[in-house]
Amino acid sequence: MNSRMRNTVQGYLFISPVVLGLLIFTIGPMLTSFYMSFTKFPLLRAPEWIGLRNYIVMFTSDRNFWQACKVTLIYAGTSVPLGLIGAFVLAILLNQRVKGIAFFRTSFYMPAIVPAIASLILWGWLMNRDYGLINAILVRLGFAKFPFFAEPETALASMVMMSLWGVGAGMIIYLAGLQGIPESLYEAGKLDGANELQLFRNITVPMMTPTIFFNLVMGMIAASQTFMNAFVLTSGGPLKSTYFYNLMLYERAFNWTQMGMASAMAWFLLFVVLVLTLLVFRSSALWVFYEAEVK
Amino acid sequence: MVSDQEVYRGILDLDWRRRPKDSYRILFIYLTLIVSAVVFLLPLLWMVTTSLKTQAEVYVFPPTFFPETFRWQNFPEGWTYESMQWTRWLVNTLTITTAVMVGTLISATLCGYGFARISFPGRDVWFIMVLASIMLPSTVTLIPLFVGFHRAGWLDTFLPLTVPAFFGGGAFNIFLMRQFFKGIPIELEEAALIDGAGRLRILWQIFVPLSGPVIATTSVFTFQAVWNDYFGPLIFLTSQENYTLALGITFFKGLYNTQIPYMMAMSFLMVIPMIIVFFFAQRLMIRGVILSGIKA
Repeated sequence: MNSRMRNTVQGYLFISPVVLGLLIFTIGPMLTSFYMSFTKFPLLRAPEWIGLRNYIVMFTSDRNFWQACKVTLIYAGTSVPLGLIGAFVLAILLNQRVKGIAFFRTSFYMPAIVPAIASLILWGWLMNRDYGLINAILVRLGFAKFPFFAEPETALASMVMMSLWGVGAGMIIYLAGLQGIPESLYEAGKLDGANELQLFRNITVPMMTPTIFFNLVMGMIAASQTFMNAFVLTSGGPLKSTYFYNLMLYERAFNWTQMGMASAMAWFLLFVVLVLTLLVFRSSALWVFYEAEVK
Repeated sequence: MVSDQEVYRGILDLDWRRRPKDSYRILFIYLTLIVSAVVFLLPLLWMVTTSLKTQAEVYVFPPTFFPETFRWQNFPEGWTYESMQWTRWLVNTLTITTAVMVGTLISATLCGYGFARISFPGRDVWFIMVLASIMLPSTVTLIPLFVGFHRAGWLDTFLPLTVPAFFGGGAFNIFLMRQFFKGIPIELEEAALIDGAGRLRILWQIFVPLSGPVIATTSVFTFQAVWNDYFGPLIFLTSQENYTLALGITFFKGLYNTQIPYMMAMSFLMVIPMIIVFFFAQRLMIRGVILSGIKA
């Protein structure tokens, strides 16, 4: 056996766990799920081929479906940009040369290490209409109580607010990006007489666009799959105002055992996420700046 | 790979040169920082003080910040409240965590080495697929996996939560291992190969002893992910004695009269290990988060 052959055999042996893992736990299930989406499959009986019926029912006769799409889109469309801006502003603040930054960095990052379930329980209580801390503060400052999860008009907005508590992880990524901008660029800018706002607009922001791009893509994919918030705090209510896509999918699959319908929903989600991701990638040529391009 | 020094340059080494004309600016920065720190920390503090109140005290408006007396007994009482099995759930969580960590470390090390140090046809294609899988919404594989585990009789056991870890150990961990292994000098390996050492022995005797930082990073991240996981146990575990801590907390909500102090006490207990790990492994965790962004 020559060394090329030996390398090939050994190479595949070493990566065999992930090759098998991808086949068994990712690619196989994906294809199965695609097939299932064309079947009626109540779990305990064999899948029965029904063609496009799941998709047709989903798009035309299930009013909850469009509500779920709407809720998820609004949530992703607000929490992701707000989170990006919040994380960016905090990172800029932490990048200032003042004493005690280590303490503030830890404070801002702390919520990101709190288990999601614990932070949901905590925020459900902080935002309790009758006894919550936030309303106590609002009343003290002379405002009326805010209903948060108790009214359909405010429930989803409250979830967006809540999500901002966890911007610490994104902030750390921006901070590393900011530290990576060569000081020489700012020095050159100053020599040319640029003021701070100009330095920020023409150096900091363009140099940070690859990081912003990454956080945008990953944030979007995560937000499209929001589930726990609604499942734990509101069960989708009041009046379906927090009825997230994945909550509906969960109900179809695990309360009603409509595995075929749930698979169709999963594939539509994948399709939408894929299209959105491609759009963002496409648009990146217009706004993401890669250093290599100017070299 | 970005070295520690590059990442921490300026983050940890404080270079602060104050000039008099900057003092308003610095005051403004401090004010903003302090207000933000209060916003970020107050909820956690509220969790702690609520966990020490009586049930009657939490249903008062406006609430008092500190409890009248600090009811530390809320912790043992919450732990054994009614039909709750917190000791059991802790053991379950630790069992799952340990198994996943073992599986992840073994398989991510093997795969990382294969991708970093052996060149063979098809390697790059597989590596791109590994990276692409990070972006795949897990919702798409959920239903068939559930059906598969159901058919295999694995539901309500720890197998669906632990076995997949032995098959790759997560795309991100493989990526971390590969990046680290690529940085180890090739001469070490060539000398050993000429001496006739096998690849596995090289990995075990040369690479693993040099890989403390990446092994620690992977372990910390895996521990955090499994400890915090809610969705997996929710889908795959059904009987109460198999629950994990994360599932257990929601049990308080189902009760006719939600025991807020106990619920906060148990939530806080779940946060404590994360805080401890964070303080011991702060550099590693922050570096891991940064790396997850840098690979883009």
